[in-house]
Amino acid sequence: MNTNFSAEDRKGWMSLLASAEEARLTELWQDYGLDPDFEFLRAPEVGGIMVRGRMGSTGAPFNAGEMTVTRCALSLADGTVGHGYVQGRCKAKAEIAAKIDALMQTGAAEALNEAVLVPLAQARQAQKTARASKAAATKVEFFTMVRGED
Amino acid sequence: MYVAVKGGERAIENAHAWLAEERRGDTGVAELSLVQIREQLSLAVNRVMAEGSLYDPDLAALAIKQARGDLIEAIFLVRAYRTTLPRFGSSRPVETREMACDRRISATFKDAPGGQVLGPTFDYTHRLLDFKLAAEGDVPEVPAADPRMQTTPHITSFLQGEDIIEREPFSDDVPGDLTREPMVFPASRAVRLQSLTRGDEGFILGMAYSTQRGYARNHAFVGELRIGTVPVEMEIPELGFCIEIGEVELTECETVNQFKGSKTVPPQFTRGYGLVFGQSERKSIAMALVDRALRWEELGEDNLGAPAQDEEFVLSHSDNIQATGFLEHIKLPHYVDFQSELELVRKLRREAAELAETLASREAAE
Repeated sequence: MNTNFSAEDRKGWMSLLASAEEARLTELWQDYGLDPDFEFLRAPEVGGIMVRGRMGSTGAPFNAGEMTVTRCALSLADGTVGHGYVQGRCKAKAEIAAKIDALMQTGAAEALNEAVLVPLAQARQAQKTARASKAAATKVEFFTMVRGED
Repeated sequence: MYVAVKGGERAIENAHAWLAEERRGDTGVAELSLVQIREQLSLAVNRVMAEGSLYDPDLAALAIKQARGDLIEAIFLVRAYRTTLPRFGSSRPVETREMACDRRISATFKDAPGGQVLGPTFDYTHRLLDFKLAAEGDVPEVPAADPRMQTTPHITSFLQGEDIIEREPFSDDVPGDLTREPMVFPASRAVRLQSLTRGDEGFILGMAYSTQRGYARNHAFVGELRIGTVPVEMEIPELGFCIEIGEVELTECETVNQFKGSKTVPPQFTRGYGLVFGQSERKSIAMALVDRALRWEELGEDNLGAPAQDEEFVLSHSDNIQATGFLEHIKLPHYVDFQSELELVRKLRREAAELAETLASREAAE
């Protein structure tokens, strides 16, 4: 049992898993190799959540529209409970996310972090940096034309 | 009297089979994949997500394929699917100030902190057909520069610092939801914004354009337009804390509008707000203009009788699924309705003819 994590840590890995690219997550999970025995507490289920915005970006909330989310919950043989809440409609992805959430609370945490979470975080960061770099190249540099004698 | 009519099953089945064949088109041409639609027709995908009111690019791509590119039909499919989804909850309001901006421009401040970032825009293209795209080709390498990783402040925050623009009253009230409760008038601004963001792009554009042409004129500057991704956070009930449950691309437009001031309020700028799923720039600007026009009453402006000021008119007619449903239902069989109208017109004709005959014979007798 790994009790050496905070709610903030757990929020971190669950967030990373939620928006991880499905194919990449599956690949990393398979490479990790360990597939623990488990029982579903809640079978994978596709649903939606209402996304809210704020009027004028800082005012009162309003409903902007929904997005698809898939969730599930499971327990490992030792009773550790894992939750998967992921964007989109992939039940397999929610299941992997829940297993990782559970295993991250066990002694497997360190190895799993290295094998799956760190590469996911790196991929995400690289993708964000790549987009930001392209955006930066389209930033306008103004210059003033000076005309006349002086 | 109600007469049930049965029939046409085989005609319907055959029509659907033909539809499937026509959808596929020439089988000598490679079939379009959903990934191709998602990646290469992304603005159509964005529109279907925005007006379908469901953020899911793969689903929108499927809807576009199934609808043969008829976007309103695709939106209809997405809306129908949406109603089958259990609602797991609501997100925290997204923080657009933390947006990773692909594009961010201001028409009011040249030297805005964070800069004018054009992003992948159609602006400044010559709108000449590019025949190179008719052939397969490589895309040019995209130049990169030092990325800006810190957040980009909103333009309105600078105006707010000077207290020269109205403040958006902050709250964490639960907003009305038009997918759960029927719309009632007057509607709250929250419900108006929800209705506008899922409303038909063409209709919202037309309404916004009418305000620019003088029907409820309130001259708008685009204070800021930004496009990018924001994380969506939701509290997970089983855990009691928030996680980022995903990421959505949004387009946000904040307009800065004129306002004379009143007895209680010094002259200051007012605001309109647009927030739309995906890269949906035209829709977002239009939404902000219409939002501003609909705020006439709370801002103490005159009702000029302009269509864009009439919330019942705007909100009741902006939904293209409601509109197309009602419009297109008139093509469905109305045999009995029409039969009764036919009987009525024949009867009126007969009565008119009889009356004319009676008058004529009376005249002849006199």
